[in-house]
Amino acid sequence: MPIDVGRRPSVDHESVRLRLEETWHQPPGLWGWLTSVDHKSIGKRYIVTAMVFFLLGGLEAGVIRAQLARPENTLLGPDAYNQFFTMHGMTMMFLFAVPVVTALGLYLVPLMIGARNLAFPRLNAYGYWVYLAGGLFLYISFFLNTGPDTGWFSYVPLAGPEFSPGKRVDVYAQSITFTEIAALVAAVELIVTIFKNRAPGMTLNRMPLFVWAMLVQAFMVLFAMPWIATVTQLLAMDRLVATHFFNPAEGGDALLWQHLFWFFGHPEVYIILTPALGFVSMIVTTFTRRPVYGYPAMVLSLLSIGFLSFGLWVHHMFATGLPQLGQSFFTAASMMIAIPSGIQIFCWIATIWSGRPRFSVPFLFVLGFVVLFVIGGVTGVMVASVSFDQQVHDTYFVVAHFHYVLVGGAVFPLLGAFYYWFPKVTGRMLDERLGDWNFWLLFIGANLTFFPMHQLGLEGMPRRVYTYLQGTGWGDLNLLATIGAVLIVLGMVLFLVNVVMSLRRGALAGDDPWGADTLEWATTSPPPPYNFAYIPVVEGRAPLWEQSGELPAVAGLRTDVRDVLLTTMLDAEPDSVHRHPVPTIWPLLAAIATTILFVTLIFTPWGAVIGAPLLLLSLLGWGWPQGREHHEEVMVEQQG
Amino acid sequence: MRLALAGSFVQQPHSVLNPASPQARLVDRLWDAMYVTSIVVFILVVAALLWAAFRHRDSLEQADDPAQRRPLRTVVILATGLTAIILFVFLIFDLSVGRAITTNPGNDALQIRVTGHQWWWEVQYRDSLPKDWVTTANEIHIPVGRPVVFELRSADVIHSFWPPSLSPKRDQIPGNPNSLWFRADSAGVYRGQCAEFCGYQHAKMAFLIVAEPPGEFATWLAGQRDTAATPTDASARRGKAVFLASSCVMCHAISGTPAGSRIGPDLTHLASRRTIAAGTLPNTRGNLAGWILDAQAIKPGVKMPPNRLSSADLHALLVYLETLK
Repeated sequence: MPIDVGRRPSVDHESVRLRLEETWHQPPGLWGWLTSVDHKSIGKRYIVTAMVFFLLGGLEAGVIRAQLARPENTLLGPDAYNQFFTMHGMTMMFLFAVPVVTALGLYLVPLMIGARNLAFPRLNAYGYWVYLAGGLFLYISFFLNTGPDTGWFSYVPLAGPEFSPGKRVDVYAQSITFTEIAALVAAVELIVTIFKNRAPGMTLNRMPLFVWAMLVQAFMVLFAMPWIATVTQLLAMDRLVATHFFNPAEGGDALLWQHLFWFFGHPEVYIILTPALGFVSMIVTTFTRRPVYGYPAMVLSLLSIGFLSFGLWVHHMFATGLPQLGQSFFTAASMMIAIPSGIQIFCWIATIWSGRPRFSVPFLFVLGFVVLFVIGGVTGVMVASVSFDQQVHDTYFVVAHFHYVLVGGAVFPLLGAFYYWFPKVTGRMLDERLGDWNFWLLFIGANLTFFPMHQLGLEGMPRRVYTYLQGTGWGDLNLLATIGAVLIVLGMVLFLVNVVMSLRRGALAGDDPWGADTLEWATTSPPPPYNFAYIPVVEGRAPLWEQSGELPAVAGLRTDVRDVLLTTMLDAEPDSVHRHPVPTIWPLLAAIATTILFVTLIFTPWGAVIGAPLLLLSLLGWGWPQGREHHEEVMVEQQG
Repeated sequence: MRLALAGSFVQQPHSVLNPASPQARLVDRLWDAMYVTSIVVFILVVAALLWAAFRHRDSLEQADDPAQRRPLRTVVILATGLTAIILFVFLIFDLSVGRAITTNPGNDALQIRVTGHQWWWEVQYRDSLPKDWVTTANEIHIPVGRPVVFELRSADVIHSFWPPSLSPKRDQIPGNPNSLWFRADSAGVYRGQCAEFCGYQHAKMAFLIVAEPPGEFATWLAGQRDTAATPTDASARRGKAVFLASSCVMCHAISGTPAGSRIGPDLTHLASRRTIAAGTLPNTRGNLAGWILDAQAIKPGVKMPPNRLSSADLHALLVYLETLK
């Protein structure tokens, strides 16, 4: 049957659904779970895993706050404290923040663009397993008292072989490698999916802003992550096979680490932030019932944030004594990124102003986000100044700044997104009243915890100290911060209670509980394995608002095999039909082989000899030809 | 005098908001400007947000007609323009402060070399003749009103030299010598602390800067040039013998004696210093005794091993160390 765009076929819809169900369903039981290539199944476990790591990282923060509540406290010694703060940073950055926003992207993007799955379903499964293995590896090491203890940016020479003997730093380097591979894999999937799998008619300038945000984020991952993967491998080589990349005594350079690390490390922050900006745009649209004001300005500011974020890394190194003139460029670039960030905020406010806001929980989180993010933003402009930064660099002022940006700028939108899309993922609404309490406890708690830290930093308290002396005058504000942390813990407990209760007894959501405008709300909640019975055809930016009644759809795709429609990159015109893979165990086996390779490499260079052939074997199995039928690609004939 | 200081040794000024040099004062002024501007910006944005949000809260009226969007566009463009202007002013202000701080200190500047160790500071006043060099630890004396250039080095990992009331910080990076300079305006004792995470005892790696009138400073420096006093009474003589016969000499130096190791702090004028263990404890006999017997209990991970000394030996050693004025 030829592909026909725009007319819903007049056949028996129920039999089409049954056939699609049979073609796309995930096999039952554990085996089905292990072999799944469905972006929703994998996305869900990705999100749950990341949230578990979020809670673990939060518990570590709680222990840190308990230790610092009083001067000369003895709850933790320096050895345990250093592991705790390193684990907190690594967990939040590598195991929670990037994975969770990526996972939401992996879950939502295909639904938002009207696709049946991600472009590379098996790669998606592989990415999740590698991420899970990396997280388990890090935490098992931590419980064996081999947790990294040199901070999430592990400066050399402290992290080098001379000053950090043992395996703790190797665990640091290698667990990062796991998460970077997972992130890179996800980035490739997202870019290709967004460029090639959009529903017909969804031209680039009709894409939802969240999809734009994920596209920008994926490109940032693509350019940033290779640096950290490389630099941690250089460190691992210094430690394992006695190279001297970072050893000044042998012609290496300690500052090289910092440049390479922060060339990744600064974009990293925006890799977390950009999807959060996307969440906010979606929530603002839905809860004000207005399309976001200034769509082109929003897209351009996302792009320029992504671009500029690669020109800021030196502002982490203002105290290293680099030349003044060179540093000034980075001051200018760091301040410049406030302009696109400001445009985002101004456009949201304009949208809210012209709309009719509904104060549901997701919208509350957006309001809280703007308040916290503006505080984090203005302190960000302050630390962009070289001489001021040289005062507050590596103090609690900076700790306050980046927690406002990351908690306010990323966690709040994330929780808003959680309340917003929970009905779509589970079919049930989260409780609004618990949600209100959840929001206010977190909002007050976050301010109580992090605001006093500005003052602590100005009063001379360095970060990463396991204790401070009586008489420094830092006791009271630290106690206040710890009290705030208790409120945050209470807020998160309420959140968990809400999730558990709503999963069982929450109100049924229906397809589109919020009256939203994007395609993911056009299908059932939770969506079927094939996402849409008919691939929709899009004629504007807000398909569900512009179209009354049923969406126009694509006809003629086979339903007895996993066929998906590929469209052209700019205009999303039907291009070809691509056959998707069926569930397979090979991605899991490849991830296990990768794990064996990475873990053995910590102990001996022979790890490469053991692990590489295993990995190669699993990839051979993965790519083993399955007949011509399987790889068939059909060019679509244009029909008017 | 020392007793009076003992309780308050931590309470010396160590705050960005309490500047005592032209350098720190310039940054403080920059902070003031950015702080006030930020508060105004914050209030404006949050007020706009709340006004926008509560204007038609939960209203079901018809949405605005698109014609009303025209003033909106002007407001958004104006806000963006204002942001850019504020940022530009900050940039110029920042450049001018940076320029003022990094000017040439002039020819009469005093040079002091500060080397970071895990977890203490070696302080060296160099002179044309090596015999006039003064080496001390964790307490830096400077003359008031005269520029002081600090040559910053590290013996092991990265540390960061930061006396908040006197100067912005600068990292001490192995293989990358750094420097900074400032001029203390008024006499006083200022506290500083290592700002770059450097391992187990990063938290207890502090130092004091004692700014004193030039005359007093000269007297102090001359005193520090002297070799250690030869003990006169029997107890102190025994203490010196204990020092030279025990593991102390593996790491510490006392000029005028055979002890010359440079791994730990120079103890030639230990008794003249206000603190021990890098600003961790006041320099009292009790603290010194506890430190010598079991430094690990005070600063876990520190390189100083526990020492088993008979009480008579310990007493003698303490008496001797107290003569090292």
